Amino acid sequence: MNATAAKKVYSGDASVPLANISIGMKVVMAVTGASFILFIIGHLMGNMQIFIGQEQFNAYAAFLQGLGELLWIERVLIFTFFAIHIFYGIKLYFENSGARGVSYKKFNPSQTTYTARTMIWSGLALLAFVVFHIAHFTAHVVYPEYAHLEDALGRHDAYTMVVVGFQHAWVSILYIISMGFLAFHLSHALPSLFQTIGLIHPNLRNKERVIGRLFALIIFLGYVSIPVAIMAGIVRLPKGGM
Amino acid sequence: MNLTLYVWRQKDANDKGRMEKYAAKDINEHMSFLEMLDVVNEDLAQQGIEPIAFDHDCREGICGTCSLVVNGRPHGHETGTTVCQLHMRHFKDGDSIYIEPWRAKAFPVVRDLIVDRSAFDRIMQAGGFVSVNTGSAQDANSIPISKEAADTAMDAAACIGCGACVAACPNASAMLFVSAKISQLASLPQGQAERERRARGMIAQMDAEGFGNCTNFYECEAACPKEIPVKFIAKMNREYMRALAKGK
Repeated sequence: MNATAAKKVYSGDASVPLANISIGMKVVMAVTGASFILFIIGHLMGNMQIFIGQEQFNAYAAFLQGLGELLWIERVLIFTFFAIHIFYGIKLYFENSGARGVSYKKFNPSQTTYTARTMIWSGLALLAFVVFHIAHFTAHVVYPEYAHLEDALGRHDAYTMVVVGFQHAWVSILYIISMGFLAFHLSHALPSLFQTIGLIHPNLRNKERVIGRLFALIIFLGYVSIPVAIMAGIVRLPKGGM
Repeated sequence: MNLTLYVWRQKDANDKGRMEKYAAKDINEHMSFLEMLDVVNEDLAQQGIEPIAFDHDCREGICGTCSLVVNGRPHGHETGTTVCQLHMRHFKDGDSIYIEPWRAKAFPVVRDLIVDRSAFDRIMQAGGFVSVNTGSAQDANSIPISKEAADTAMDAAACIGCGACVAACPNASAMLFVSAKISQLASLPQGQAERERRARGMIAQMDAEGFGNCTNFYECEAACPKEIPVKFIAKMNREYMRALAKGK
């Protein structure tokens, strides 16, 4: 190996595709990630309607189903973004872990947070959760008997499906653990997103980690409140329900 | 004071390399870290052992040549200093000190603690310059530059190109270095003509050299002897997207 071998030097007109450029990949991660953050906020706002009651929750579910093509466009978009986010996440992981070459005998990083270091693992755990979550509440593979419940107005009884679903302790525990992974992922994701697309106000520098953690905590508490309320019997089946 | 050193020894680029243990005896606390190594080397030479090879030049913290990872931190644990300005008073008698070279695939070890940083030179060749002939120094205020722009450019220009950012980054990313160079020139009127070409060229070269990608750990900022902030990485990302949007 000749360390001083002449290497090609790029000039500005080098036509390297965006998707192969480090910063291009980072921006792709940030933009797809931003769409998930919007989705997570919207999904939580929808879910919280369970606290209003069966009528409101089933009406909301019927509204979503009534969107028809719009719902499918949203599903296809979010699935495509998900696939892209996972593909580049794994590609970057391998590039980054290979860039060191020989590792240090003693390495003593001072800034790296635990959540930042484990993005790939919290991400893969979330992937597993999403597969289960869709199988459970959307495709009804896990408890198929709750797929065709109907309420008094003949609508799909999403309320009963969710309440019965979370009355299974293992489902609730799995859900709460998964929301923990989500919180881990988000606490690094949110500040990273703004850094990557270059939108960080100098006054917010150094506060961004706190903001990321706070956001992650709010999302965690919001989502976890539902299985906890169901397990505690605060949100329960209507009288005469199954 | 007496110290135990664990030093990376590697004969040449093809050698596998290993850590060796040496005793540093009667070290004066007023010595710099490099002067301590000079003393150890004299001792080694007398014993007939090949002295430890390490990079150094100005020894006053401005040239960016010295490059040692001391106890797992580039330039040692003191903030805002190069290793030549790290003094032995920051260590205690009886300490064990690990000394390793910068570690990155793009910075291959040449010998012992010396690495080949020509990857940085090639990144500079890919756009880290201004082609317009600017002549001799201008009269003051003949080119209007805002105080903010001048300050930003000056902060970025503090980069001495030592590579500590790469050595500190768990991904061996060079983005702090590249972003400082891009930001410096993008902030000034002289840098406008090649602004987009520069961003694209330097970033393409950085990737081709095999540096990793930034995942916002911010180890680089903590290790940088000139305390270059990571806001420049955000600026570089913006510069790159700007170049794309302009189609240049």
